Amino acid sequence: MLSGKERTYVEHRLEKAPTGIRGFDEITQGGLPKGRTALVTGGPGTGKTMFAMEFLVKGATEFGEPGVFVSFEETADELIANSASLGLSLPELCDANLLYMDYVRVERSEIEESGEYDLEGLFIRLSHAINTVGARRLVLDTIETLFSGLSNVSILRAELRRLFRWLKDKNISTIVTGERGAESLTREGLEEYVSDCVILLDHRVTDQVSTRRLRVLKYRGSEHGTNEYPFLISDRGFMVLPITSVKLDYAVGEERVSSGIPRLDAMLGGKGFYRGSLILVSGTAGTGKTTVAASFADAACRRGEKTMYFAFEESAQQVVRNMRSIGLDLEQWTGKGILKIVGQRPTIHGLEHHLMSMQFMIDDFRPTTVVVDPVTNLSQVGSLRDVRLMLSRLVDYLKARNITILFTSLTQGGTDAELTDVGISSLADSWMKLQNLEAGGERNRGISILKSRGMSHSNQVREFLLTDQGIDLVDTYTGPEGVLAGSARVAREDDERAQEAALRLEIERLEEDRKKRRALLEDQITRLRSEYESAEKELEGRIRLEKLKMETIFRKRKEMGTSRKAET
Amino acid sequence: MKEGNDDEIWELRLYVAGQTPKSVQAFANLKKICEEYLAGKYRIEVVDLLDNPQLAQGDQILAVPTLVRKLPPPLKKIIGDLSNTERVLVGLDVRRV
Repeated sequence: MLSGKERTYVEHRLEKAPTGIRGFDEITQGGLPKGRTALVTGGPGTGKTMFAMEFLVKGATEFGEPGVFVSFEETADELIANSASLGLSLPELCDANLLYMDYVRVERSEIEESGEYDLEGLFIRLSHAINTVGARRLVLDTIETLFSGLSNVSILRAELRRLFRWLKDKNISTIVTGERGAESLTREGLEEYVSDCVILLDHRVTDQVSTRRLRVLKYRGSEHGTNEYPFLISDRGFMVLPITSVKLDYAVGEERVSSGIPRLDAMLGGKGFYRGSLILVSGTAGTGKTTVAASFADAACRRGEKTMYFAFEESAQQVVRNMRSIGLDLEQWTGKGILKIVGQRPTIHGLEHHLMSMQFMIDDFRPTTVVVDPVTNLSQVGSLRDVRLMLSRLVDYLKARNITILFTSLTQGGTDAELTDVGISSLADSWMKLQNLEAGGERNRGISILKSRGMSHSNQVREFLLTDQGIDLVDTYTGPEGVLAGSARVAREDDERAQEAALRLEIERLEEDRKKRRALLEDQITRLRSEYESAEKELEGRIRLEKLKMETIFRKRKEMGTSRKAET
Repeated sequence: MKEGNDDEIWELRLYVAGQTPKSVQAFANLKKICEEYLAGKYRIEVVDLLDNPQLAQGDQILAVPTLVRKLPPPLKKIIGDLSNTERVLVGLDVRRV
């Protein structure tokens, strides 16, 4: 039953201050709460300061909001040096009056306390700094240091409370950093004062691979992703990977792209793969996965489409060299900037890092085709589950951008080829299996299509030939002993050729026969016709003669009657 | 009385933020202590941060009132209304005989 009264949903959109940090604004649907204070906490070395600095720099350079950085730990010079490694040039911003840095030194050994005091001095400094640049953003990094410098905790707590209220009244978007305590989010319980937004940064090392993660613990009045999001701190800044913001709602097109192998296109309903789909090429070692992948990349480049090739097994140069041997000149594309081959050992990064750096590279290069060869090598740096998770994120990310993806997957020998891919076959739209056809003392390569969503495709196994002209697919033969390939196929082909020749001979003979017979009969017909014609002439002559005779007799009789004057 | 060079001048600076009861009291307490222990050898400069906010950064002022001993070196800081004379003397490093 309907209640009659629809529940009205009034949206009170909280205003946000965009951080400009790649990925973060997506998770938080716009950034940090505008005009309020957010707490960024985490263990030592988790990137709190860099996060905060990025917030200020982006605010100043991209959003027209100057900022103040109040550091309680690092001097301005140290901050400038550290930020330079992130590609941030702080002195320029300071000169342009977009950034103001103040180092607040609190050293207990230098301070004697005698009687009542308050922190008005700090307020005045903040106020002065804010007014100097017209700041809309502020960072306090980390204000907890005050607790180690001043002994009167009750004054401190009261003053902190006053400070946060004061900042809110001034409508300054603020980040307060805190160091994570053993039991609490921050050593001194800053979360007690800052209740609008809490961001937790984490840095973990698992299996000697480090991963940084970020989590939005709390965001009052706003929706936010609740997962742990991996992030990177690199020379290109602080970058967060929004992983679950992707939904399965990408646009799906009908456009098809060639695999680069005409016979394979023919097997795929004559037109190749769908653009924006995921193609999986799996097979055991040496079945030609890289060759298929490179042909696909080559075809994309030939169409003038930018292609990114992640090689996890070989260096870029090696891929180029090996492909040259089968007549694929990839160098022409890399030279033109259409193709980018990124050779990386999977073990240099953790999975998340790989995923992120891949995404960022893709963002920068903007390819329409991406090849990862092979994805299975990533399992060296993560569990099967993690690899699968990471790949599905990558796939979502790419599909959302309508990028056609080709993954190759190494199947370990001796196991079921259709089970051992890193569990990503279910993600694949088209799945091709390369296999060794081993018979008659030789190995030959075979290719078949296990599935290809949304198109009719061949169910045949084709033999796959690597020639110096590229890849060629030829029909295989299925005999009582199974699929025939290689020399068995050649023998079978010879047989068939002999049969065919014999048949052709027979046909030629019959044809000849037909011609002869026809000539013979036609001769007879001609002869008969001429016989008939001469007979007809003779008879006609005789008839005429007889008629003449008859007329003569008739006339003579009449003449005789006249002469006798006989009455008739 | 205090020991040390007789020609030594104590240069003290008191940072306050407006005429608050605390700042008034701090100045009164300071004056009293100086008269008692440093008679004729001190100079007090009062800096109101409300008038000169930019000065807070130089001497790293955070709390008010803050008393800074500029001379003799090293630089010393005492925060509070200076109601605890004992702590002020320790902070200023004024030794009593």
